Amino acid sequence: MHDLLIAPFVDFGFMKRALVACLCLSLGGSSIGVFLILRRMSLMGDALAHALLPGAALGFLLGGLSLPAMSLGGFLAGIATALVSGAIARFTSMREDASFAAAYLTALALGVLIVSLRGSAVDLMNILFGAILAVDDQAMFLVAGTTTLTLIGLAAIYRPLVVECFNPGFLAAMGVRGALYHYLFLGLAVLNLVAAFQALGTLMALGLMLLPAVAASFWSRELWSMTAIAAPMAFLSGAIGLLVSFHAGLPSGPVIVLVASLFFLGSLLFGSRASLRARLSHPVHLRG
Amino acid sequence: MKAALKLVDLTVSYDRHPAVHHVSVEIPAAEMTALVGPNGSGKSTLLKAILGLVRRVEGRIECSARRIAYLPQQAEIARSFPISVLDTVLLGRWSRFGAFGRADRSDVHDAHHAIQSVGLGGFERRPIDTLSVGQFQRVLFARLLLQDADLVLLDEPFAAIDTRTVTDLMDVIRRWRSEQRTVIAVLHDLDQVRRDFPNSLLLARELVAAGPTGAVLSPENLLRARAMAEAWDERADACEVRRPEAVVPSEAQRSRGTSSSRAA
Repeated sequence: MHDLLIAPFVDFGFMKRALVACLCLSLGGSSIGVFLILRRMSLMGDALAHALLPGAALGFLLGGLSLPAMSLGGFLAGIATALVSGAIARFTSMREDASFAAAYLTALALGVLIVSLRGSAVDLMNILFGAILAVDDQAMFLVAGTTTLTLIGLAAIYRPLVVECFNPGFLAAMGVRGALYHYLFLGLAVLNLVAAFQALGTLMALGLMLLPAVAASFWSRELWSMTAIAAPMAFLSGAIGLLVSFHAGLPSGPVIVLVASLFFLGSLLFGSRASLRARLSHPVHLRG
Repeated sequence: MKAALKLVDLTVSYDRHPAVHHVSVEIPAAEMTALVGPNGSGKSTLLKAILGLVRRVEGRIECSARRIAYLPQQAEIARSFPISVLDTVLLGRWSRFGAFGRADRSDVHDAHHAIQSVGLGGFERRPIDTLSVGQFQRVLFARLLLQDADLVLLDEPFAAIDTRTVTDLMDVIRRWRSEQRTVIAVLHDLDQVRRDFPNSLLLARELVAAGPTGAVLSPENLLRARAMAEAWDERADACEVRRPEAVVPSEAQRSRGTSSSRAA
């Protein structure tokens, strides 16, 4: 048992670092994920994740497989996409989801093209699907720093962000620029996606953020409790995924996301609210 | 009569079609004014213009209110968001604690008191998505109570609300007037307006009439308002009324005053 569950993390430095990266990603990312769901922006988060690609690819083109260059490129591309789609939605009659979709399709195509200019197929696979077992000290500090910034940032903008989510008109009537907090939140989301992309790749960076948050919504219905349920789920997905990929010799990114999917599936079936179980098992209604 | 609010030649437009068209009117302070007109006659837009939420194309708004409270139409609030009744009501104190300050004990105490006074005692911890439409409207009134505003704008506060709730909330509105606050409410129930609101403003994109409710809601005025609101012209020419800068202001006001606010 010890050999199966504990030893890999003790004996191998790369597993240790990967575990720490997963812990950090689940702490910061799951609260971002919960907000994404409550804002009905899950798919927009996905679009943002894809939009990192051309930036990361440009960093790759200029700096090779260097983490700072690719992260900075990805961050700038993500922020630019968020700002441009937001601006398109604000100044034209196009809805924000449509403009996000247009932006990310453009970005994805551009990114794949740029990588193929110089890199090999392996490089492309690394950028698209990540390599969590290749997380080095530098990447780990990036992830840890991002988590710190995310938690502090979310705590700071918590109240205006919540009000902007459920009653933006109220903020506007109070003379507060709700859009500012919306963009600060998007900035934090992009930062987390950048941190996750080294480990999980641009295509699945959102997996560890969103799937546990969706799963948590089948168990509770408050911001704090949803986050409190999502974060451990995300961490467990990371840890279990790492072990499975270590023992079975499978790529870690997809395995981690699939384990998170299993948590989602389990919650969908057995969760305490709005799940299939809850729907089928309460034929009795209350008296008042 | 002291005016709480003075609109001077106000025009607001969506896509160049005016939603509020050259409206000049004064709204008396410490009084309850009903804002009446057919659908699409610019009532909500007028409220939003007062709040500065939509851009004025022409004209100006003179407002002596220190603090404005606003009740939007229900559709603008995401009812599914997981937030409690108490937290929603506490937001009324935003102007005191803002985005980063702390709600202190007196805020919480006042919030409990406001929840009690709209008849929702015991609902403090309930998430808002478990409330009925009427109960949620009471929550929003409790939040307005906490805002301590001298000008209160209500956009269709009684749409889809049962009689009992309307009666209770009208008590709240009357209390505001006795506290010398100005109330402007968008309403569709003309019987209620005649019964409860001494002052009215009839809008059909342009001002039809303003003043004491009895005179404003005359059959001729209502007929005229309906005819004007239906006259949406897809190929309308540019508006002929000259910009106020181009004419002597006093003259411009006088000429429009005779055509638009005869009943005032």
